[in-house]
This record gives sequence, structure tokens and C-alpha cells, in this order.
Amino acid sequence: MTETLDLGTFVQHRDGTAHMDLAVEGVACAACVHKIEGSLLGLPGVVAARLNFTNRRLAVEWREDEVAAVDLITALERIGYRAHPFQPDSAETEEARTTRFLTKCLAVAGFAAMNIMLLSVSVWSGATDMPQETRDFFHWLSALIALPAAAYAGQPFFQSAWRAIRTRQLNMDVPISLGVLLALGMSLVETATHSQHAYFDSAVMLLFFLLCGRALDHVMRRKTRAVAGNLAALKAEFAHRLDGAELVRVPAAAVKVGDRLLVRPGDRVPADGVVLNGNSEIDESLVTGETARRTIMASAMIHAGSVNFSGTLTMRVTAAGSGTLIDEVERLLENAVAAKSRYVRLADRAARLYAPVVHATAALTLTGWLAAGASVHDAIVTAIAVLIITCPCALALAIPAVQIVASGALFRAGVILNAGDAIERLSEVDTIVFDKTGTLTLPEPRVANAAEIDPDLLQRAARLALSSRHPLAAAVAKEAFERKPFEGATEVPGQGVRAMIDGTEARLGSLAFCGIDGRDAIEVGTSIIAFRHGERSAVLSVRQALRHDARETATALRAMGLELIILSGDRTEAVAPIAAALDIAAWRGGLKPAEKIAVIDELKAQGRRVLMVGDGLNDAPALAAAHVSLSPISATDIAQAQADAVFLSERLAPVRDTLVLARRARRLMQENLWLAVIYNAVAVPVAILGFVTPLIAAAAMSGSSILVTLNALRARLPAQSTGARAP
Amino acid sequence: MNVLIYLVPMALALGLTGLAAFLWSLRNGQYDDIEGAALRILGDDDVSG
Repeated sequence: MTETLDLGTFVQHRDGTAHMDLAVEGVACAACVHKIEGSLLGLPGVVAARLNFTNRRLAVEWREDEVAAVDLITALERIGYRAHPFQPDSAETEEARTTRFLTKCLAVAGFAAMNIMLLSVSVWSGATDMPQETRDFFHWLSALIALPAAAYAGQPFFQSAWRAIRTRQLNMDVPISLGVLLALGMSLVETATHSQHAYFDSAVMLLFFLLCGRALDHVMRRKTRAVAGNLAALKAEFAHRLDGAELVRVPAAAVKVGDRLLVRPGDRVPADGVVLNGNSEIDESLVTGETARRTIMASAMIHAGSVNFSGTLTMRVTAAGSGTLIDEVERLLENAVAAKSRYVRLADRAARLYAPVVHATAALTLTGWLAAGASVHDAIVTAIAVLIITCPCALALAIPAVQIVASGALFRAGVILNAGDAIERLSEVDTIVFDKTGTLTLPEPRVANAAEIDPDLLQRAARLALSSRHPLAAAVAKEAFERKPFEGATEVPGQGVRAMIDGTEARLGSLAFCGIDGRDAIEVGTSIIAFRHGERSAVLSVRQALRHDARETATALRAMGLELIILSGDRTEAVAPIAAALDIAAWRGGLKPAEKIAVIDELKAQGRRVLMVGDGLNDAPALAAAHVSLSPISATDIAQAQADAVFLSERLAPVRDTLVLARRARRLMQENLWLAVIYNAVAVPVAILGFVTPLIAAAAMSGSSILVTLNALRARLPAQSTGARAP
Repeated sequence: MNVLIYLVPMALALGLTGLAAFLWSLRNGQYDDIEGAALRILGDDDVSG
């Protein structure tokens, strides 16, 4: 049966030309840019092709009557690049818009701060011999620049402060907005009354510094989102849809309820549905954590993410029905998300303490000066000077600065953050709950007895396995050093694959196919595949293997004072050896999603802060219920959506790196907060006594901001402990 | 001090020109692919295009 590829969902049409975005794998150097763009522009009908090297995405425009979308992808494949059609998700588009707006605000604030500072420096340096008219003229000019600039560039802070006040909350933006508005208002009054001091420069410079922090934060987040988006595109799978008798290959995302799909052996089931006909065994380890395969026949429910093992299936896509696993998971997920108490960020907690203290100090200053017999005007000016000098520039930068450096370091270590406050929550963890299948073990099964087999024989078996689509063969194929299949290899459906090697027939497949006596499976969760080449033969056992560094990581995590627990959906006999190998005493097997949540709730009730590490559909509710959660990149989409961070590596070390980095970041955040407090302790008495001039305010503000930013730069991982690199 | 009458507006106008140029380049997507721009200059077949 021939098959056509339908990429319709990814193609946008604009007056006569079609447009598509592609995520491209393997772009590494300057030459790639020209090779890729050149090869596409060489095709007839391609109007434009532009590769964005920063996020590895390619935008192509072409005339549809001359060339098809599929040809573009094949053209790229011919020159050695795999390209995946791609649609930016709404979160990413939103992030891009925010970043752009913040950059504009930053530019406006920067322009205003520079020009006002130019005028202010003239006023300060000529304070004694400058005629009053000139000084007033400079002040009015400053006001002319500062007021519109602050109205535009202050929007992110004013909006956030207003939202907080409306919900009767306090965040850091409230004292910031108040400080800026009061500084501008007072300066305006002072200018009108021909006074010597105006604080336009301080107000705008404050906005500029804070916007620097915010813009950088968003640039970092945008970068991680782009990588996450590319990975999703790379992972996206295709489904084989039956349109009548015709077979169409469509992206799994485009599959709709009611579609009839064909699932061949070795394919991943692309959507939830019911089997119409066919018999097979499916591996549901990504769904339930169960490593033993399930036999299915017509009218059985199957879930997205399962791997079809033996027979070809026809299925109909269905919406989640009541009583199915997916329905239960969704219901539990809803409860878990609803029950999750909103975490109060460190910055907001600091703001709640800080704002009342500062405002009370300003009020006390006002009454104190009035009681001491100062004029109302002088008392108000001094009180506002207190507010300006305490305006939380350093305090507002103290946490975001660390956040930016830490999330950058995590990104380089191969960990992508989903939630903004994940670093803070990660630093509080004292208990880690691991899922077994796909988390402690590698997501794909491996040959367990590879060390016992003659390396030469194993290599031949592995190269032969490259010609088979069977999942067990895929595990054997991973052992191949040379990824070159044997010529003329043929697959015998349901039995194995054979080829002539050096004039002798070689077979890889079931024991019977290779003519070897023996039982099929020795223990639960282990599968047997046999190889025969002439007189020599080997029996390979394939099963889920531990991640290579699982043992060291478990030991290192225990050394950090963390308690480790395994909660698995797999049967007890399969969990026990893993727990023993990792020396983890607290483990349970055969758990349903609801039971995993129950255990986590129990731990939470004991006052523990739980980090859940899991990948399966069955882990999703537990990931949502835990204090903070991590997923490997191989996890199901539902699990990844719930996880606070995703790690890319085949190793388990990122879990440790993440926690080490989060704890370091937390310490630096607290240090920074203390630095800000010390700064205030020095500056506030000066302000209360009325010695603050605009010059002192400007110097103090920049000094403290630079200090906390420099301290934040220490939030990087020491070189020796960084794990895998991000692509 | 009469010199200020035209020097100050000139300084402001220059500053505003810079700001406008930056906003234009931002809108024009000049900062969308900073790494790529550094590499494109190494290609030598741009002349024909």
C-alpha cells in the first residue's frame, strides 16, 4: 500500500505562497546556514528560505503549484539535515511579545536616563554658581523627558502593582511604583517652586535598572522555550491514517476523534483509542510503568505512548471515556492542581515584610520632622526622600538576578525550567520520590547480558537488527558501533530477520526461528531474542536497564541529606531488584495513580517537601501533587506539561545538578536580600536626617544594584559537576 | 547661555534619532538571530544574492 504525507496542518497560506516553519537538527556552523538555504532556494518554486541560527529554525516560503511541502523536507534530508515541521505554541508567542515590549521599555528608559543624567550632572557640578533660571530650565527639560518616558517604560511595573492591589496583595512592584510616582510628583512640585533638588534622574534610572533585570529574565526564558519547542517538534510522531482505502501519513497532532489509524509493529500508538481489528502485544511502560507486555485484541482500549510489538492493528481514535485510565488520570490531575496551594515566592514574601516597614518609616520621618518644628514642606520632602532612597532597586534585583544566572546555568547543564519559581521550590526539597520505569531505568530497553556475549557476534547481531522494525530488535541495534545494515536483509513478519553474512546465513529473532531450544522468558519483564550465524549462536535478554549513573547519583543525593523513595506502577518483583541495586529501602510497586498521590499526600502531611521525578502518564497526577517535579525528556506529553522542569540527559546526574544549583541559588538570593537590607540600614538614617541630595540618591541606587548583580553571578555550577550539555 | 537654546534641542533630537533607530531595528527583526548574523558574514556567495 503506498502512502502519502499530509503536512497541511503546518502550512500557512498567504496570497499565493505557502509558508512553513521547520525545526532543523544538526545545524552546527556557518557552512550549514548557506548549505541549507542554498539547497532550498535552488528548488523551483521556493521564494524564500531563511535559517535562524539562534533557535535552529527555518522559515520557508514557496509557490504551492510548483513544489510540495514534502519535497522541501526530502531536499534537506538529502544534504544530511533532519527537519521537523513546527508550530510555535501560544506560550512561546506570548513570551516573544513580552520580551519585545520589555526591550522597547528598556530602550525608552535608557534614552531618558542618559539625557536626564546629562542635565543633572550639569546642575550638580554647577550647583553653586548656576543662575536659578538655568537650573529651572534644566529641571523643566528633565521633567519633559522623564514624565512621558516613565509613563511608557513604567507600564510593566504599574500594571503588575495595580493587579496586586486590586486583589489586595502586596508585591515588589507596589513600593517600586509608589517610589517612582512620588519621586516624579515631588520633583515636579519642587521644580515649580524653583527649588534646588529634583529627583527625575533617580526615578528614571530606577526604572532602567529594573527593566534590565526583567528583560534579561525574559530573554533567558525565551531561549529555553525555543529549545523546548524544538525538542517537542523533534519528538512529534506521525500517525498512519486510513482515509477509505488510502493510507495517509499525518502528524500525530493532527489526528482527530473518529479517525481510523493503522499501527504497525514497532510503532508508537499515536492517540488514545479502541482496537478495531488485529491481535498484538503492546508495551505500556510509558503509560502505566508496567514492563511486562499486555496482549490485546479487538475492542481493547489502547493509550497514546504505548509501543505496538507484534501484529498490525487498526484502531479508532476516541475521546476519553469514563472508566478508562486516561479519564482517571485527568480527574486526579484536576484535583491535584486544584488542591495545590499557591507557592509564595521569596521576592513576594520579602515585599510583604518590606513595604509596610518602609512606608511606616517614611510616615515616622514626616511626623518626627513636624514635631521637631520643621516646615510642612521640608518634612514632606524628607519623607519622600526616604521613600526614594529605600525604593527597592537592589531588593527587586536581588532575586531576579540570581534567577537569570541560575536558569542559564541549568540550561547549559541540560535542564529546562517550565515554572518561574521552580528554583526556589527545588531548593527546599528534602525527599525525592522516583518513578522506576523510564526514570531510574532508561526509557528504552537494552540488552542486559551484552557483556557475556562475544563482542564480534554481538556486533553482527546488532547490525542485522538495524534491518528490523521490531522493538526488541531496536534494543539490540543500539549495541551497534557501525550503523550500517547488511545488504539484502529480509524480515519475516512475526519471526525475525535474516541475511547472508560472509556467505553464511545469519538469523535474528525468536528462539524457534534461529533453531535454538529454550524457554521464552526466564523472568518477568525480560524478553529473549536469539541470534545464529552458521554454527555460532547467542541468546540475548532484553530488559529495562538502569541509567548508567543511577547508583552514583542515588549515593550522592543521600549524601546531600535527601531521603529517596521509589513508587512504581510496575509489579513488585520488577521493582525489588532496582531498589536493591540502588540501596533504596523505601519502595513500593504495583501502585495506581491515585495510590501514588496518596503516598505523596502522606509525606506532605508529615511536613516533607517532596520532589517527584517521573515520566509516565500514570505519574502525571503525582507530578502535579508534589511540591516540585522533574521529568526526563522522554516522558509523555501530559507528564511533561505537569513537570516544573525537564532534563535532557540519558543520565540521572541532572537531578543532582539541579538540586545543587537550586540550593546555591537560594543561598545567593538570601545573601542578596541581606545586602539590600544592609544598604538600607546605612542609607535610611542618612535620608531621615535630611542629608540626601539627588546626587547621593543616584550613587547609592546604582552602587547597591551593581553589588547584588555581581553577587548573583556566583550562581553558576562549579565546572566539574556540570552534566550533559544542552544541544 | 543663549547657546543652550539650540544646543539642548539638538542634543535631544540626536538622542531621539538614536531611540527611533533602535525601535526600528527591533521591529525589523534585527535582533532575532544574533548568532546567525555573526556567521552569515563568513559566507562568500552573498554577492550574487
